[in-house]
Amino acid sequence: MHSRSRKALPIKKIDTFNQTKEVQMPAIHWRFGAVSAALAIAALTSSGALAQKKYDTGATDTEIKIGNIMPYSGPASAYGVIGKTEQAYFNKINAEGGINGRKITFISYDDGYSPPKTVEQARKLVESDEVLFIFNPLGTPPNSAIQKYMNSKKVPQLFVATGATKWNDPKEFPWTMGWQPNYQSETQIYAKYILKNKPDARIAVLYQNDDYGKDYLKGLKDGLGAKAASMIVMEESYEVSEPTIDSHIVKLKSTGADVFMNITTPKFAAQAIKKNAEIEWKPLHFLNNVSASIGSVIMPAGFAASQDIISSAYLKDTSDPQWKNDAGMKAFDEFLTKYFPEGNRVDASVMYGYTVAQGLVHVLKACGDDLTRENVMKQAASIKDLELGGLLPGIKVNTSATDFAPISQVQLERFTGKSWVLFGEILNGDVGG
Amino acid sequence: MSAVDEVVTEAPAVEAVPKRAMTLGYGTSLVMLALFLIVPLLVKNFIVFQLTMLLIYGLAVLALNILTGGSGQFSLGQSAFYAVGAYTSAILMEHAGVNYALTLPIAGVICFAFGFLFGQPALRLSGVYLALATFALATAMPQLLKLGYFEHWTGGVQGLVVTKPDAPFGLPMSQDMWLYYFTLAVTIAIYIFSVNLLRSRSGRAFMAIRDNEIAASAMGVDVALYKTLAFGVSAGITGVAGGLGAIAVQFVAPDSYTITLAISLFLGMVVGGVGWLPGSIVGSAFIIFVPNIAEGISKGLSGAVFGVLLFLVIFLVPHGARQVAIVAQQLVGKLKKN
Repeated sequence: MHSRSRKALPIKKIDTFNQTKEVQMPAIHWRFGAVSAALAIAALTSSGALAQKKYDTGATDTEIKIGNIMPYSGPASAYGVIGKTEQAYFNKINAEGGINGRKITFISYDDGYSPPKTVEQARKLVESDEVLFIFNPLGTPPNSAIQKYMNSKKVPQLFVATGATKWNDPKEFPWTMGWQPNYQSETQIYAKYILKNKPDARIAVLYQNDDYGKDYLKGLKDGLGAKAASMIVMEESYEVSEPTIDSHIVKLKSTGADVFMNITTPKFAAQAIKKNAEIEWKPLHFLNNVSASIGSVIMPAGFAASQDIISSAYLKDTSDPQWKNDAGMKAFDEFLTKYFPEGNRVDASVMYGYTVAQGLVHVLKACGDDLTRENVMKQAASIKDLELGGLLPGIKVNTSATDFAPISQVQLERFTGKSWVLFGEILNGDVGG
Repeated sequence: MSAVDEVVTEAPAVEAVPKRAMTLGYGTSLVMLALFLIVPLLVKNFIVFQLTMLLIYGLAVLALNILTGGSGQFSLGQSAFYAVGAYTSAILMEHAGVNYALTLPIAGVICFAFGFLFGQPALRLSGVYLALATFALATAMPQLLKLGYFEHWTGGVQGLVVTKPDAPFGLPMSQDMWLYYFTLAVTIAIYIFSVNLLRSRSGRAFMAIRDNEIAASAMGVDVALYKTLAFGVSAGITGVAGGLGAIAVQFVAPDSYTITLAISLFLGMVVGGVGWLPGSIVGSAFIIFVPNIAEGISKGLSGAVFGVLLFLVIFLVPHGARQVAIVAQQLVGKLKKN
């Protein structure tokens, strides 16, 4: 009996914390009574015995509750596999004994990539399911929609699954943190490469007409600086709803450009590479990391057509033969066979979900017995040189109180033969938010 | 000649609903009102937020109900009006610093004008053709909002973050609670306006057009005027709902107002009962809560489960909540007699 009440107490105590902001509620609110009672009890018992273990809503001696929001339905449903991979990875962690003896409860909801629904689901997770934090919600518009709410509630919005640049803003939004290298820094790296190796380039850009495409384009222009206006000879955009982008490629070729910046999602990237070969346009071809997958882009487009394309990467490509005997890749394959047999190995999203879940497990282990929201953010902001099995050799996760961009390193790669060949140094492309 | 034949033989698109049957009795209305006033005091803030969304989508469904149930015109483009309303409110609040309450009538007026203008060319169309024309409007809207020319105001693809208002006069209420009662007040006002509209001369004109356009014009109803007017009123109310939605969700982005929203609203109207105004709230509850239930049953097949549930509703109660209400009324009547 005694030990039982001890277990229950800290949660209630924190409940009172969360309520402090809403103390000005009408007296009829029935939770008010419970809250003040909890306050009294908490005050009585907050002695040394409980000092070691600290919990916020969502964490106990046996459980850590984590919320997640994914587009399992709707236009971006292809990314839903990330949530499924994460679930599978946490199953693995739980089967192996959990984190410091605590099992992970992973509650993942569908928002259909619709921001109003994201807000509803986030509120459900925080206020009804009472999770400790929300992990890896996907998409720029959905995350933008909940950012203000999460920060006003002081609930971590951890490792968001979007490459937009604005997530690295610890001053304004101390409860929101990104994960992957952002889009702008990637094109900035290409811009640096172009300025150095092809200073008189005439660049043709093809980009998807949405936040992702525009972010990339901005990075390119910023990277080229004053020369952007003279170097970029054409900016052509396409809509996701278009069946084919062939006509855009023909148009871009007609400009006589000798550099092609290909900012497209996988289906269109494959089309672009194929069309380039067909009409024999052979510029220096930069392909964004989003579409650098051998399995879903290069193979459909054909190896011959893909030679010498330059891209950048931070994750190992699961369909690249060079990682066949790599220890990290072997662990990944083991995980897939045992816990996620239905997962498509070639799908880059699976590797993504696997890696980000590993990153989270690292943070939670570092939290120890202090599972408060504040400590989760503190530990997430003090990752030092963390290496994960899915990251390219040499790429490390680093954060600090002023740097909320965990992965900011990438390496350039050139497609040669049947796989990507990494070249040059590991590049750092931090862009502040 | 053939035109007359067509109209005469063609089954009316929307079943004729007598105007009394479009609303609730006084007693029931008061019970509903009491429920809406008291429930938020007893539940968590999250539920209060869901109830706010219930009222907001309820308004949007009500607007469609006036158009379809009242004047017999279809629209799959309500999401476009909703988006215009939401953006109007958001832009006025964030760029011009206008008080949130004042942005709603402005959103309403702008959407009324937009709907009225759209109603002009739509006059030549009817039935499925009109539905398709409005469908085009709904698909075009998210892309229009992304256009570079407006980006300075709309925030482009990134959308706009809206500040949630605090309760005024230092009322001891959380933001959610205040917004709920604010929305409730707006909803009640619009509901009363709609009921009176349908009972008025204009309402009778709407219904005459719905039942038989030729007969209506023979009676001296200006068909063109009233059809566009119905579009305008419907768009105006949808715009107010959109404005409220932007304030409640605190964010507007093109992805929030896709064709899916338009179809949801249409669905809500059918489930609630076409032409039965109180059914709008039931329909709105359906589109908010049933997807959550479906997701609870199966995550991977949530869409399929939703489809099955929807099919069951349409199959068992083809006239939606109205049918349920009528059956319930008859049961109560029988009990009283016994």
